[in-house]
Amino acid sequence: MSEPLVLGIESSCDETSVGIVRGEQLLANEVASSMELHARFGGVVPEVASRAHLEAIGPALRRAVAAADVDLSELDAVAVTAGPGLMGSLVVGLAAAKTLAAVLGRPLYGLNHLVGHVAVDLLDHPAGEPARPLARPTLALLVSGGHTQLLRVGNITGDVVEVGTTIDDAAGEAYDKVARLLGLPYPGGPVIDEAARGGDPTAIRFPRGLTAPHDMARHRFDYSFSGLKTAVARWVETRRLDGLDVPVADVAASFQEAVADVITAKAVDAARHHGITDMIIGGGVAANSRLRTLLAERTATAGVVLRRPRPGLCTDNGAMIAVLGAQIVEAGLEPSGLGIGADSGLPVGTVVVRD
Amino acid sequence: MSAHPPTRPIGWTLAVDTSTVVTAGLARDGRTVASEQAGDNHSHVELLVPTIQAVLADAGIGWADLAAIGVGVGPGPFTGLRVGVATAVTAGIAAGVPVIGVCSLDAIAAQWAARGAPAEFIIASDARRRELYWAAYRDGRRVGQPRVSAPAVLPELPTAGPGVRVYPDLLAPRRPGDAPLGLDAGLLAAHLHELPDVGLEPLYLRTPDAAPPTARKSALTGRRHRLRPGTAQ
Ligand SMILES: [Zn+2]
Repeated sequence: MSEPLVLGIESSCDETSVGIVRGEQLLANEVASSMELHARFGGVVPEVASRAHLEAIGPALRRAVAAADVDLSELDAVAVTAGPGLMGSLVVGLAAAKTLAAVLGRPLYGLNHLVGHVAVDLLDHPAGEPARPLARPTLALLVSGGHTQLLRVGNITGDVVEVGTTIDDAAGEAYDKVARLLGLPYPGGPVIDEAARGGDPTAIRFPRGLTAPHDMARHRFDYSFSGLKTAVARWVETRRLDGLDVPVADVAASFQEAVADVITAKAVDAARHHGITDMIIGGGVAANSRLRTLLAERTATAGVVLRRPRPGLCTDNGAMIAVLGAQIVEAGLEPSGLGIGADSGLPVGTVVVRD
Repeated sequence: MSAHPPTRPIGWTLAVDTSTVVTAGLARDGRTVASEQAGDNHSHVELLVPTIQAVLADAGIGWADLAAIGVGVGPGPFTGLRVGVATAVTAGIAAGVPVIGVCSLDAIAAQWAARGAPAEFIIASDARRRELYWAAYRDGRRVGQPRVSAPAVLPELPTAGPGVRVYPDLLAPRRPGDAPLGLDAGLLAAHLHELPDVGLEPLYLRTPDAAPPTARKSALTGRRHRLRPGTAQ
């Protein structure tokens, strides 16, 4: 059998996306984002995102099929994000995927969004060339507006273990909140990255969450950004009360340094501790310039091979779900039934959801 | 509805509605063949496609045999509504079948009209938050747009629909004994081409619960400001 032709649907947060792959070859990846609709609220509003998903799903499906130049009847399987994510958003994609599978008479795979962020690296190679297989194990560092996680991935089709996670905000949320504090627009990631370019990252020493000795005992590989966000708010407010200007570039650079420092330090520490020599980064914040640079430096020093899929594949997209689906098909795993539900808190150890 | 001479579409029509529970029905040449109902208000995405598959299998047909798909677009709880509409839209694309959106209240009104409704009546359904979704009908046709309001605001007219069970003290006395309490998707399939096409955007009738952030509370007092995003119903 030739490599499976799989369509993947992703709708866990504010991106509605349909991707199509043949094995590890990317054929289409159509993404519609509702990000601008959330800007005035300073964060993703679940109901607004859900409405946008419903409007976007049909057009995204048509565009993906046209871009891949395939006929739906040629598909071997349909894959979809079953969780984790926003419930109202997930069910739109899941309903569409189930229907597609039912109409076409093809198997449905309800998959874990987080594992999709890892699998997507298999698509990051020149068209027509074979994919670089993922090292086993790989340490995955996922950083976005919705997640901040370290995963030990022995096998993307079934052996994924959480090594660390945020105990409060996701890194991307901290960016959004600090941006608002500084009067910068949503989403915070790109604007803080930009503002930080002209600033001094050592100007203000903001705290690195969960790095104190007592925290390292219990939360060595976990993250926390709530205290950092409050520290930035206090610093800015004190400055204003003192009648002084807020040096936006320095605050942005110092905040970004604190985030990048703690994320990369813990990721490299986890790799060393678990004896893992390969790391992959995913999620929207993977595009952050300081995080990228510092992670490259520190992994190199530690002798860890770093893989970073191109930014368009790091953000949420349907192709990452499609390629994970193709791996699952090739591994011969049982499909999910058409009766599965969405699971907003799907544990990372569950790669394929069952009834 | 009754104002137009009913057209007799040739072939199979599938109708689904998720404005309350999951319902799916089939009609052939304008006559109901099957009608199924499943679940509660919280398992639409789990149950809808399997229910449709069962209805099709029982009739001995497949998706490719359908000539039209009708979907109730509410009003109703948002998350459930979207399951029905996403399913209908995707089926339309995958099976190459036209999809028609109808107001779910109109579908119940047509059921009542078909067996002799009063000249004027109300169809109401649960909008939660101590409100009802409702629409008024005269001579079998809807008067104005569907609305959402407190039960006390409803005109004192004969009333049917799922809202009757939610406010029995107020509404049960207004319901004639044979008036429908729920939507029958088999009848919706049969009446589909007589009902107004309202498009495929759900009839939300409410804006999302979300407000732009207000002035931030001081971080120096230790109080935390949190944006409270709206939740789906
Ligand atoms: Zn993601």
